[in-house]
Amino acid sequence: MHLDHTHHGPAAVSADAHRPDGTRRALRVGLGGPVGSGKTATVAALCRELRDELSLAVVTNDIYTREDAEFLLRQAVLPPERITAVETGACPHTAIRDDISANLEAVEDLEDAVGPLDLILVESGGDNLTATFSRGLVDAQIFVIDVAGGDDIPRKGGPGVTTADLLIVNKTDLAPHVGSDLARMAADAKAQRAELPVVLQSLRGESGVAEVAAWVRARLAAWTA
Amino acid sequence: MTHAALLVLADGRFPAGGHAHSGGAEAAVKAGRITCAADLEDFCRGRLHTAGLVAGALAAAAALGLDPRELDAAADARTPSPALRLAARRLGRQLLRAARASWPCAELDELARWFPKGAHQPVVLGLTARAAGLGAPDAAYCALYESVSGPATATVRLLSLDPFDATGVLARLAPELDEVARAAVEAAGAAAGEGPQALPAASGPLLEIMAEAHAAWPARLFAS
Repeated sequence: MHLDHTHHGPAAVSADAHRPDGTRRALRVGLGGPVGSGKTATVAALCRELRDELSLAVVTNDIYTREDAEFLLRQAVLPPERITAVETGACPHTAIRDDISANLEAVEDLEDAVGPLDLILVESGGDNLTATFSRGLVDAQIFVIDVAGGDDIPRKGGPGVTTADLLIVNKTDLAPHVGSDLARMAADAKAQRAELPVVLQSLRGESGVAEVAAWVRARLAAWTA
Repeated sequence: MTHAALLVLADGRFPAGGHAHSGGAEAAVKAGRITCAADLEDFCRGRLHTAGLVAGALAAAAALGLDPRELDAAADARTPSPALRLAARRLGRQLLRAARASWPCAELDELARWFPKGAHQPVVLGLTARAAGLGAPDAAYCALYESVSGPATATVRLLSLDPFDATGVLARLAPELDEVARAAVEAAGAAAGEGPQALPAASGPLLEIMAEAHAAWPARLFAS
């Protein structure tokens, strides 16, 4: 593959850090994880937290509806022109890993329409523990699991849990109600991920999305350095 | 020139966006017109001789080197449904990205400049085949096979149809696909002399009508 194309015209591939006009493109962060783990809620919280300091946009990958995009629109976390939904043909992991073309077009169109952008969040449709984002689509990926999905998920591992740049264990406020052992989840995650970071988060808690937002800011600082 | 490039281009895993489209199968399944492998075969046969033939001839003509802008206009004229025109351009744009990464050349770059939001997929497919060193028949075969393999794989997901039955449908259609490919290449040859008006203009009215309805559904698995 010719990543450093020399032909004229729009970019052929989009892992390139620069846009056709030579400017640096936005940092792209993917959020994946099982159905109902809180990906959309985390995206909404990140938008509220970061929208005053950054120019950002969101791509959602709904499996059969536009519900995630519509949730974000209803919550008014961003102006509607900054939210795009991609249709995935019953295969959410295909659209973020094996055939990323529709998502690449969505991120490029957002940059063209409302750019310049600092950050684009790409939210996967709810999927299984093996779903990861292609490096051709995102620069960093967050995997979101929750305590109610079973406290053995970090131990089971899988590509999402073990390789994501950030693992969020979400809904920690529910742990006592569903009998999940937070300490065990944290220890298992640590064992699976070595030095890769883990955030235990409750969006209903006082600190909310702050720790994840700080991680995003650090990634962005590294991207623009 | 390598003929094996045809396998790369025709591979269902070639990352050009096709997985999110059902070729009208989702609307037909919901309407109760596809309920089993026999229905799928009838549906695919209808597509092969209408939308498939047109796509095959457009792809073959592009592979022969006819002006892609004229071919794109011809494709527009042969696609009454705005939803299908939009889907064809989206898929064309996605294919062009994969094509330029796989077989980079000035002709594909030029196409991207002319159509930043995408040309009709069969036109891009024909130029991609050309860039890969393939001929007009190869381009026609790719377009025709896609016209039936898309609905077949989509139906496996939509109906939980036995995947062996769906593949059997495609295998049974193969001899007919040969015939339609010959007709498509012949038409492309005629268009090289007489212009794009010589290209076939077959259409499945129900495919076009259902595509418009499908595009307005609030919940669906496939983009078209």
